[in-house]
Amino acid sequence: MSFIEIKGIKKHYGEGESRVDVLNGIDIEIEKGEIVVLLGPSGSGKSTLLNIIGGIDDADDGYIAINGEKTANMSEKDLTLYRRKHLGYVFQQYNLIPNLNIKENVEVGAYLSDKPLETDEILKTLGLYEHRHKLPNQLSGGQQQRTSIGRAIIKNPDILLCDEPTGALDYKTSKEILKLIEEVNHKYGNTVIMVTHNDAIKNMADRVIKLRDGAIRKEYKNETKVSAADLDW
Amino acid sequence: MDERNFFQQLAFDFTRCFITEDRWQLLLKGILVTIEVSLVAIALGTVIGFLIALCNLSKNKFLKTIGGIYTDVIRGTPSVTQLMIIYFVIFATAPIPKWLIASIAFGINSGAYVSEIIRAGIQSIDKGQTEAGRSLGLNASQTMTHIIMPQALKNIFPALCNEFIVLIKETAIVGYVGLMDIQKAGDFIKSATFSAFMPLFATAIIYYVLIKVLTLGLKQLEKKLRKSDVR
Ligand SMILES: Nc1ncnc2c1ncn2[C@@H]1O[C@H](COP(=O)(O)OP(=O)(O)O)[C@@H](O)[C@H]1O
Ligand SMILES: [Mg+2]
Repeated sequence: MSFIEIKGIKKHYGEGESRVDVLNGIDIEIEKGEIVVLLGPSGSGKSTLLNIIGGIDDADDGYIAINGEKTANMSEKDLTLYRRKHLGYVFQQYNLIPNLNIKENVEVGAYLSDKPLETDEILKTLGLYEHRHKLPNQLSGGQQQRTSIGRAIIKNPDILLCDEPTGALDYKTSKEILKLIEEVNHKYGNTVIMVTHNDAIKNMADRVIKLRDGAIRKEYKNETKVSAADLDW
Repeated sequence: MDERNFFQQLAFDFTRCFITEDRWQLLLKGILVTIEVSLVAIALGTVIGFLIALCNLSKNKFLKTIGGIYTDVIRGTPSVTQLMIIYFVIFATAPIPKWLIASIAFGINSGAYVSEIIRAGIQSIDKGQTEAGRSLGLNASQTMTHIIMPQALKNIFPALCNEFIVLIKETAIVGYVGLMDIQKAGDFIKSATFSAFMPLFATAIIYYVLIKVLTLGLKQLEKKLRKSDVR
């Protein structure tokens, strides 16, 4: 049994004329501690799949099982608990809370967690310690994304979901963020599922999944994995 | 040609309208009625508006329908008509003071507008904020109270102040159900003295000053709220 089992996931939006079938039966198995890169053109259903894995959205059909526990069978309350316990989420647009400072934004992630990491330690690892009293809009895009990574990992989640974490960043800053994600994966052993449309990022993955029109076009284990520092595009 | 000059005439009118028979007391009582009705209506309207906004934003079809009908009906009928229905039909035999019935009517009316203001304020917050809240393991209502509302309030507050001002001016129709507010007091003096200029201008000035004071007060409050937000 795999750590994460994704089985027969289907999802559509709208009805009748405006119906879009976004996911048409997705099967994926992911091992604990893997870095999985989910590739696909814009509109292929990557975010939708990630949101279903993250329990923010629900599927029409199929199920997600973490450690054998199916999320579809969970009540709304259990799903909230599941997200709280197991998941960290990093978004393309950071989604930091604008009226909280950097330290508070990271601490929000520890909210109600049973095993949070040290806030100051994380702020130092992320190079944000001296900026901790600033508001998000006083920082650069890269610093804001680092804050959102801090918020996601402070509860030491089993699974880190990243939706185009470098989508809004330049080359240099993107690599910095990718190195950070890799470092987090090494240090804490979290399973990472990262969505991107940047083909080069697949080289740092343990497993690569290519999505097109809501179906898996290609899936393979990456035997020639390289460090994030050696990525180039 | 009248032997009194313009200023003497003015002084004469003033005395006749406000000093004779202590008519100024009518206006003073009118001010109190206006303030009383407005304040209770504002409080009630805010509470109702908040609840209706939650109904309108809810996923529950029944609540959504209720909220929709409420806003639609209130916004689609004149407030005088609403006031008279509530006074002469709904509370016709209820042992409740007149001014309170009027407050309830204006509260119900204002609630519909406040709900739209709150709904717009909440919807102006980026969808990513909800996603962030949910992904952190907050449930829907925790996300609303801890993440969305504190941000939405900044947009809601100025629009809400505007609604309060509109509401105060709207209360000038309470004369229709026999309450003596500022407007009605002015009107009463006009009939008693056969003079239109003095009482009507006095009415306008009193409303203007009342609203000016409120506006300045709310501006100060808003400034304070903003300041507490900048570190
Ligand atoms: N809430 C929604 N309502 C309607 N259509 C949606 C919604 N979310 C996504 N879609 C549609 O689903 C498709 C896949 O979207 P998405 O998962 O965001 O793709 P990707 O992340 O790969 O760019 C797109 O065609 C998009 O328009
Ligand atoms: Mg996307």
